[in-house]
Amino acid sequence: MSLEPPLCPAAIRLTGIDKRFGAVHANRAIDLTVQSGSIHGLLGENGAGKSTLMKILFGMIHADAGMIEIDGAPVTFRSSAEALGAGIGMVQQHFSLIGAFSVTENLIMGRATGSLAMRMVRRLDLPRAARRAQELSDCFGFGIDPFARVSTLSVGARQKVEILKALWGGARTLVLDEPTAALSPPEAEELYALLDRLRAEGTTIVLISHKMPEIMRLCDRVTVLRDGAVVGEAELSGKDLARPAVRQLIEAHLVQMMIGRGNPELPQRAPKEGPLILDVRGLTDGVQFGPLDLKVHGSEIVAVVGVEGNGQSELVDLLMGLRKATDGLIAIDGHNVIDWSTQRRLDAGIAHIAEDRHATGVADGMSLIDNASIGFVDGKPFSTGPWFLSLRQRRLLTETLIERHQVRPPAADIPMASLSGGNQQKLVVGRELARAPRLLIAAQPTRGLDVGSTSAVHRALLDLRAGGSAILLPSLDLAEVFAIADRLVVLRKGQIVGRMTAAQFEIDQIGRWMSGSQGDPAPGPPCPDAPKQMDTAL
Amino acid sequence: MSEFITLSLFASTLHLSVPVILPMLGGLLCERSGVVNIGLEGMMLSGAFGAVVFSYLTGNPWLGLGGAVLSGLISGGMLAIMSVLLRGDQVISSTAINLIGAGLTAALVPIIWGIDGTTPSVPKIPTLPLPLLPQLPVIGPLLGELSMIDVLAFALVFIVWWVLMRTDVGLRLRACGESAAAADAAGIAVTRVRIAAVILSGVLAALGGAYLSIVTLDLFQASMTQGRGFLALAAMVFGKWRVGPAFLVCLGFGLADAVALRAQIFTDELPHDLLFALPYLLALVALATFVGRASGPADVGKPFRRA
Ligand SMILES: Nc1ncnc2c1ncn2[C@@H]1O[C@H](COP(=O)(O)OP(=O)(O)O)[C@@H](O)[C@H]1O
Ligand SMILES: [Mg+2]
Repeated sequence: MSLEPPLCPAAIRLTGIDKRFGAVHANRAIDLTVQSGSIHGLLGENGAGKSTLMKILFGMIHADAGMIEIDGAPVTFRSSAEALGAGIGMVQQHFSLIGAFSVTENLIMGRATGSLAMRMVRRLDLPRAARRAQELSDCFGFGIDPFARVSTLSVGARQKVEILKALWGGARTLVLDEPTAALSPPEAEELYALLDRLRAEGTTIVLISHKMPEIMRLCDRVTVLRDGAVVGEAELSGKDLARPAVRQLIEAHLVQMMIGRGNPELPQRAPKEGPLILDVRGLTDGVQFGPLDLKVHGSEIVAVVGVEGNGQSELVDLLMGLRKATDGLIAIDGHNVIDWSTQRRLDAGIAHIAEDRHATGVADGMSLIDNASIGFVDGKPFSTGPWFLSLRQRRLLTETLIERHQVRPPAADIPMASLSGGNQQKLVVGRELARAPRLLIAAQPTRGLDVGSTSAVHRALLDLRAGGSAILLPSLDLAEVFAIADRLVVLRKGQIVGRMTAAQFEIDQIGRWMSGSQGDPAPGPPCPDAPKQMDTAL
Repeated sequence: MSEFITLSLFASTLHLSVPVILPMLGGLLCERSGVVNIGLEGMMLSGAFGAVVFSYLTGNPWLGLGGAVLSGLISGGMLAIMSVLLRGDQVISSTAINLIGAGLTAALVPIIWGIDGTTPSVPKIPTLPLPLLPQLPVIGPLLGELSMIDVLAFALVFIVWWVLMRTDVGLRLRACGESAAAADAAGIAVTRVRIAAVILSGVLAALGGAYLSIVTLDLFQASMTQGRGFLALAAMVFGKWRVGPAFLVCLGFGLADAVALRAQIFTDELPHDLLFALPYLLALVALATFVGRASGPADVGKPFRRA
């Protein structure tokens, strides 16, 4: 693991960066050095302070103390405009695109230079910017229409727009904050190839992640954060790393550093054969979905995988009665529920962990008690009569859920928004499991969660399976599918194109089914000089 | 009936719509930048009052316009401080502007002039006829009655549209209204943009008020704006926060007003109060039927704070 002494100064050197948000010490005297032309990983659980540190570098947050040097020269950025000017681009953890704007407008917003008066009268040259966006998109093989409204794009395409935006001004350093959190495996794979290529072209990259495989695969060096402090660093590009045994050792060590203990083990599970619970036949919405047949038995976790936008959400909506089926049959325990309302289906024993927690799963401003009892309120045990809800009963339930699923902090009265994403999800999962469902539809239940919360959710799902329930698991995370599913089906364009049982799981075949191709996609055309010398005066 | 629909109906439609158009432009800029402004009415009143005071004190109506601008800077500045800098609730802050605008102007009239309600006459902006235009065929008779001030007001519609939809400054402003966080990440100074937009909305609304007090009339009267600030707001919502459609809605309100005025002359059967309620009824119907489908800027009403 030797490293030659760098000839040029580090692309980024952070010294003693410290930041508090009230009582939270988000960054504790962090030192970080990123070598020019390398991919540097920043590994840590949710809340470790990774985003805060990089937002400080990007000028979006002001550090309480510390120093930033770019290419050896000390800088102080008062806003991201200044960081962009210094050649740093950042892809935020949460999408920071404007849905109502076109791709081109998103790329050029805030980038024009010149006096205020000029910028107020001169017409924006959108066609020229769109041409350049097209060139840049072509050269990376993105296939993005510069005139498309961002709200009409898929999540994967939006992530590509985010990257174009970060590179637009000719950034030499690119910070990516959990860029694959919302991507399907093939899309993530494309991103990895792109990052490899950017590194080869000399771009310095900081990759924030809590996914071990992508850190191990891409990074030259990794820094591990826990509770706002650097707890370790490792070199990942040495010769020894080619040996799988060494890699595994380092990986285990990194995970240990990241979560402060060993990797949580999932309970062993034996295949069980339960009765048929969900029986779907010829289900279609008459538009792009179906017809589709699917069976899920008790004590069985069936994963539904596929590139986002190929019918997973439609399937869930059809099963829940949120979307109208034009034909087909959905049987739960032998009862056809196709004409039933959502409420009646819930009463019949279906539970649903929503894909987008913020849109449909929780009410951010309401307390944990309210969130834990949503969906139960019109029945026992909370109602003592038709008009009253028993707060005591609801508190009791909430506290039970908090304890059983180790929600932190364990306070029932605080608003949901003050919990981290992982803890919110633990409460949501607990709430749905508390219905003791016959069928649980868990749509991407661990999206964006860290290792600790993910394994807590997985354990809860396996417990439910052990209890004899059927579980349908639409997921974009193949690691999750391999870890807990008994079977999987692959959706493409609203149809099932492949089925496998756990014993047969094979990632390459799944990838081929998902992308609908047999070979690898052809690489994009070479791009000689983009995006390095782009003129930003628009 | 033919006398009813005359050239002067057209002209008075234009005249009557100007004091709705100006605050509408202000409100639109403000909300597209992400700040709810239901304080247009109060801003208009203070503008109307400021114009009369300055015209009275200096004897120069043009300095009266300066007084309106000053009052717009103050009312807009106050709203900017409350809603953008201090991140107060935007609806409550702008309601405060309405209350202050109505209360303070009504209270200051007796203090300055010693009489309640209506001020004596002050010098008003002279009607500057347009050169050439009246001589032109067709549009000459139609537009000939317009003064310079009217033309400037209509030009402002185009200017606001151009800046908002075609320039970099407009793109930045709209970005702040759609997603403050995204704008911030793109290096746009969200707080500064919003403060500027709020202050500008104060100035535009104040000019709308001044149009009533020293262009149409030559005096100030307590609550003389008669809800035009709210009509402007309705026009903005009805026009889906777009300059062109909102402008047309303002013209519609102007037409309703003009029809009410005419009808008053031509018929005794309809109660006048009902006629004058016409634009407001129109606004009510418009809002009730369309507001559900209205789509404002995504981030409007949410204060922005940087860590
Ligand atoms: N703007 C903020 N205000 C208050 N607390 C914050 C803010 N941003 C982050 N934090 C807190 O700082 C800690 C680190 O957060 P963050 O940097 O987002 O972690 P990571 O990106 O590693 O998941 C968390 O406890 C988080 O709750
Ligand atoms: Mg983060």
